[in-house]
Amino acid sequence: MAAFIASLLTLGATRTALVIGSLVAATSGAVGVFVVLRGQSFSGHALGDIGTTGAAAAYLGGISPLYGFIGVGVLGGLGIETLGERARERDVATGIVLSLMLGIGALLLYFMTQRPNPGSGPVAILFGSIFTVDPGVTGPVALFSVLVLLLLAVLYRPLVFTTVNPQVARAAGVPTTAVSLLFMLAIAVAVEESALVAGALLSTALLIGPASAAVRWTRHVGEAVALSVLLGLLAVVLGVALAYQSYAWPPLDRGWPVSFFIVMIVLLEYLLSRIGRRTRQEPATRQVP
Amino acid sequence: MRNLQPVAGQAQPVLELAGVRVSLGGRPVLQGIDLSLRPGELVGVIGPNGAGKTTLLKIILGLLRPDQGKVRIGGHDAQASRSLVGYVPQSYTPDPDLPLTARDLVALGLDGARWGFSLGGRNRRAKVDEALNWVGASSYADQPVGRLSGGELQRLLVAHALISEPRVVLLDEPLANLDLRSQDEVVALVGRVAHERGVTVLLVTHDMNPILGVMDRILYLARGQAALGTVDEVVRQDVLGQLYGHHIDVVRVHGRILVVGGPDVEALTCTTCDA
Repeated sequence: MAAFIASLLTLGATRTALVIGSLVAATSGAVGVFVVLRGQSFSGHALGDIGTTGAAAAYLGGISPLYGFIGVGVLGGLGIETLGERARERDVATGIVLSLMLGIGALLLYFMTQRPNPGSGPVAILFGSIFTVDPGVTGPVALFSVLVLLLLAVLYRPLVFTTVNPQVARAAGVPTTAVSLLFMLAIAVAVEESALVAGALLSTALLIGPASAAVRWTRHVGEAVALSVLLGLLAVVLGVALAYQSYAWPPLDRGWPVSFFIVMIVLLEYLLSRIGRRTRQEPATRQVP
Repeated sequence: MRNLQPVAGQAQPVLELAGVRVSLGGRPVLQGIDLSLRPGELVGVIGPNGAGKTTLLKIILGLLRPDQGKVRIGGHDAQASRSLVGYVPQSYTPDPDLPLTARDLVALGLDGARWGFSLGGRNRRAKVDEALNWVGASSYADQPVGRLSGGELQRLLVAHALISEPRVVLLDEPLANLDLRSQDEVVALVGRVAHERGVTVLLVTHDMNPILGVMDRILYLARGQAALGTVDEVVRQDVLGQLYGHHIDVVRVHGRILVVGGPDVEALTCTTCDA
């Protein structure tokens, strides 16, 4: 076991994977709690898909997909937030921005596959590439993570207030529109980072999974954020370890994708929280307005 | 019924509306509203749907600017005096999984609008405890808010609104969806807010009867216009008839007041009175 862990840490690719994966898991875990509480899962998921267009463009242009993911994700987030202010409008706005960007993304991914030597680019963008990721992006990922966590720290109380009771928050002078917009930026960066690790299609898992389990297991928003970060870290570290182990597994003897393991662990955390919930006291009967 | 004389006779008005007129989407919602409320006065705001009750609250909260007229709170413009107004919104139903205790919710009323984290502190905790205790919510202070009953939640929202020590508190339909016993408890609590703490209270309700015992004056809204006075001055056939623009019957039975053709029985008898 000790030898296994030592080899995990000495191998360059797994070390990079663990570092970047942990940064991403912590960021997504923290942001995810508010995404879950505010009912923005659909926006969060859509941003991952939207980012593929940017990532594909960046890939074709010869720069790191990270910048494509984040650049287009931030623009998409701003688009969603400005088009739809109310929850119902936001769903429609998200759908429209998503369709537009996926249309362009499909074209770019098609160009990628038609090039003489397509390599694993399209698969990496859609399903994650934590083992093949360029160690050079560790710095930028760390920077983006710190920025998102700082933004979250500054927004913390007004964001909790706006999330918990938007009408009263507005009446108390909280600039709720600005808070929502800034938080959308935080979602965009967190999701696009995690798209780099788990792939655009699975980035939702790291955003929503640990957070929705943490929300069920805690009584304070701050505790939920801390637990969500821990659950996210657990999923990534365990996922990387299992993926490393799986190089000896059938059918290919070339390893299973790390995204698969991360998502399975996240799913397990979520299911455990559902079961744990059963034993808690059922909510008091309330009258529905 | 209590004596309907205003509580603090000669005190300076804390909430003043003068000649307020508001239109939403080109349609006049409120017009010619004049109000002057003293500290510690409890005013029931009654009126049919669409009479402008919510718009009136938004104006006092500073969320909406009137097209004409002035809104002053404690002598200041409403836009600049948000901390002087506490607010209990209509039908607040938090998610059962929300990781927020009763104590957390009340604390948001104290400093939820400030940036960054709260550093806690003994003073903050003492204030929250005092507010919880005052509304009688200490026993469930550490329960998640999503698991409280409607009556428990209303007490909490009152504590949430009071903790910043406002001069005016607005409650939007605080009695809706409550059983009779919880209604009585909330009414008694709101009465204490006005008469013990000296906070001016505007309580919006469809039915004036549950608050007859604590209400100092009534603000009756219909067709964008208002009549303010004691129940005996306002809830009369001639005053309401003029307000609604058609015949209204006021019936008193067993200490209850029914406005026939008005909001209480509008589903039965009134098809055209909503403005």
